[in-house]
Amino acid sequence: MKFCGPKLSLCCTILSVWGIIQLGIMGILFYIKSPAFLEDLFIPENATEPAAYIDAMEKSFSQIALNCWIATALYGGTFVLSGWQMWLNFKK
Amino acid sequence: MGSLFRSEEVALCQLFLQSESAYTCVSELGELGLVQFRDLNPDVNAFQRKFVNEVRRCDEMERKLRYLEREIRRDAIPMQDTGDNPEAPMPREMIDLEANFEKLENELKEVNSNAEALKRNYLELTELRHILKKTQVFFDERDGCAGNLDGGSVSLTQNLLPDEAKGPIQLGFVAGVILRERVASFERMLWRACRGNVFLRQAQIEEPLEDPATGEQVYKSVFIIFFQGEQLKLRVKKICEGFRATMYPCPEAPADRREMAMGVKTRLDDLNTVLSQTQDHRHRVLVSAARNLRSWMLKVWKIKAIYHSLNMFNIDTIQNGLIAECWIPVPDLETVQLALRRGTEKSGSLPAILNRLSCVESPPTFHRTNKFTRAFQGLIDSYGVASYREMNPAVYTIITFPFLFAIMFGDLGHGIIMTLFGAWMVWKEKPLSVKKVDSEIWNIFFGGRYIILLMGTFSMYTGIIYNDVFSKSLNLFGSSWHVPFNESTIRDNREIMLDPKQPDQYEGTPYPIGLDPLWQLAANKINFLNSYKMKISIIFGIVHMMFGIILSLWNHRFFNRRLNVLCEFIPQVLFMSCLFVYLTLLVFIKWVNYGAGEDVPLVLTPGCAPSILITFINMVLMKGYEEAKGPNSCSAYMYDGQFYLQRMMVVVAVICVPWMLVAKPYFLYRASKQRAMLGTGGVEGAMEETPSTMPVQPAEDHDMSEILIHQGIHTIEFVLGSVSHTASYLRLWALSLAHAQLSEVLWGMVLRIGLSTAGTTGGFAMYFIFAAWATLTVVILVLMEGLSAFLHTLRLHWVEFQSKFYEGQGYAFVPFSFDSILEANESTVTEAK
Repeated sequence: MKFCGPKLSLCCTILSVWGIIQLGIMGILFYIKSPAFLEDLFIPENATEPAAYIDAMEKSFSQIALNCWIATALYGGTFVLSGWQMWLNFKK
Repeated sequence: MGSLFRSEEVALCQLFLQSESAYTCVSELGELGLVQFRDLNPDVNAFQRKFVNEVRRCDEMERKLRYLEREIRRDAIPMQDTGDNPEAPMPREMIDLEANFEKLENELKEVNSNAEALKRNYLELTELRHILKKTQVFFDERDGCAGNLDGGSVSLTQNLLPDEAKGPIQLGFVAGVILRERVASFERMLWRACRGNVFLRQAQIEEPLEDPATGEQVYKSVFIIFFQGEQLKLRVKKICEGFRATMYPCPEAPADRREMAMGVKTRLDDLNTVLSQTQDHRHRVLVSAARNLRSWMLKVWKIKAIYHSLNMFNIDTIQNGLIAECWIPVPDLETVQLALRRGTEKSGSLPAILNRLSCVESPPTFHRTNKFTRAFQGLIDSYGVASYREMNPAVYTIITFPFLFAIMFGDLGHGIIMTLFGAWMVWKEKPLSVKKVDSEIWNIFFGGRYIILLMGTFSMYTGIIYNDVFSKSLNLFGSSWHVPFNESTIRDNREIMLDPKQPDQYEGTPYPIGLDPLWQLAANKINFLNSYKMKISIIFGIVHMMFGIILSLWNHRFFNRRLNVLCEFIPQVLFMSCLFVYLTLLVFIKWVNYGAGEDVPLVLTPGCAPSILITFINMVLMKGYEEAKGPNSCSAYMYDGQFYLQRMMVVVAVICVPWMLVAKPYFLYRASKQRAMLGTGGVEGAMEETPSTMPVQPAEDHDMSEILIHQGIHTIEFVLGSVSHTASYLRLWALSLAHAQLSEVLWGMVLRIGLSTAGTTGGFAMYFIFAAWATLTVVILVLMEGLSAFLHTLRLHWVEFQSKFYEGQGYAFVPFSFDSILEANESTVTEAK
């Protein structure tokens, strides 16, 4: 049952908690279209007209928000897994 | 008197101890940990001291205990550390302890040797059992072979020559066991030595056997060698001995072999029982020893420490006592008296006498620290221990160190990581400090947990001021900048600069706390930040250095060095103020007066703001007065009369240099001349001082050249240093720029890849890329940059700040304390493991 040592499980648990918190907050911020993340957006090459550009921006915001939440969920799973391994490792 | 402000007053005391009570008194003082003994017998060889026998006995006991510990550890019996601190036992108890240890050691040795003998026996019997099993096959072959040759069959192996012996050929044999690795060379050797006239059969023993000496498992093989004749027998036997193969007498007849096998089996069973009983006994002995081992060890260490201290005392044969000289902090004299009284009561003899002496040499420096301040004091002491009763920079370091670190590290995200790490270590202080970890890096981090906590909190603050969270800015209050342009303007212009003079672009009131979040997206962010960070670095640097100079005034006043105040402190302050404090003043004036806005007159617009650097250079070069060019042009000056004021300041600063160089030597020369004239030689004047450092001013004339040289060096160091140290504080800017850029690059090159991946695969990409980004953040930005900023902050404190007032020529007060001795012993034990 135990496939992680104590150090690995502890590291993964901490990383997962950090990931959940940070990616969750980033997801929310992308969802409300915070301009701080302007340079992180994905704008396809052909969107030169302003209307198309703004449209691409908004789509990108939503998509990245979704991606962040997917990653949050994945880290949630990792947290459960590594937390279980940690519990196995540290129970006396 | 405040204890961290400057080091405590330490008195040299003489202690008269009666012989009977000496041991208990020293024991009490060791528990107290406030007294530093001086070695009164420094020339005596370690082997000629009075208590060398007792020390030797302690060493013996320690050796026995270590042997016990090794055996306990080998059996993996847990040694519990109850955490109690047993007192040093009385000398008569020492004999009991010795006897106890001797008994335990002998018992253990006996058990061990018995076990070894039994194991050897066991091994032999096991090997014999294997031999008896395996050789069955060999004998069958031999009999068959012999039988074959007997009848006159027409097989090719028929002997052509008639046999001399009637019946089967008489083959002698030798059976034994050899290590599997040696079988091949063994066979080859036999073949060569006996010219192929012997016949070897071997079979491997599947299970490994335990070697009794080393305890490890080895694989062996059974062999049997058939030969004919005495010569070959001797040769075979010799080869077997050479290859360290054990030979066993194996009976020929199968019936005998079966009988032997059964006998061996019963003996093996018996041996097994005896062996397990021996092991049980050993285990019981070790378990009972393990319970007390730790407290015994502590007791032995304490006894040894007491006798080492007693060896430092002088013997007073007249009154049958011991005389000790020790350094005791003056506020603790009462406590020490009480401890001595306790010690004498315990041994029931005459009380000890504590006498305060006056001394010429400088006492050790004692800072009373607690767990929080100890780390900061350690940082300062690493460079140099403060001279006796000198101003202690460690107090101020508690705040300036994390603050200067935070200027270089300012990032809210990284600050949070550091704070969490520090807070965890502080919260789990007690359990973590009990655990003895070998890793030196962990011990360094744990020792500096309060420093890390403070550095992290301050970094969070500067992160808010720089508005930087993992290279992104927070917009909590709404930016003061707005973009009023229409689509066509934006589309047609590659770059647009927002003008702060237009109210529709800049609100007029700045962002309440920290940097406006819009700067994060501006292309000229670094230009703006550079100017800001460089200026505040200089300002903080000059404030820090002026603070250092002012601290030197306290030192001069405490040691009654009036001459220094007049000839060093005042010119130093004047020099720094006229040049560098004036520089910061210029910075503030520029910040306050010049700005963009609708009603700002031309001369106060940003376009007309004079460069501070050029102004300063022109000031020092005493460049000529520039006429005002008219009401509608820029002025080189920030306020009226600036040129004349600056001229005056430069003159004052230049006067300060010869003042620093010559005034003090001149006064000393005059004073020494006066003394020589009055006929009273010597050092009375200087000696009227309170218990303090050695008189610094030498009283003889021939030191005049030395004074001049010393003063010259001091002056040059200060004057040149003022410029170079001021510039040195620019590292605050440099490192903060580097940190911000690294953070930005990490986000842009790593995390952005995951963010801008199109489609839902981005989610999974983010999962992995975030892990990589987080690891790199911790390793590069928190650890590496943190270490770098820590180092630079330390340098700023050690060199730029402390060179203004700190002497650092003292030696630390190292009290005789059982705690520190036990800790030192523990660490040597863990290192040796």
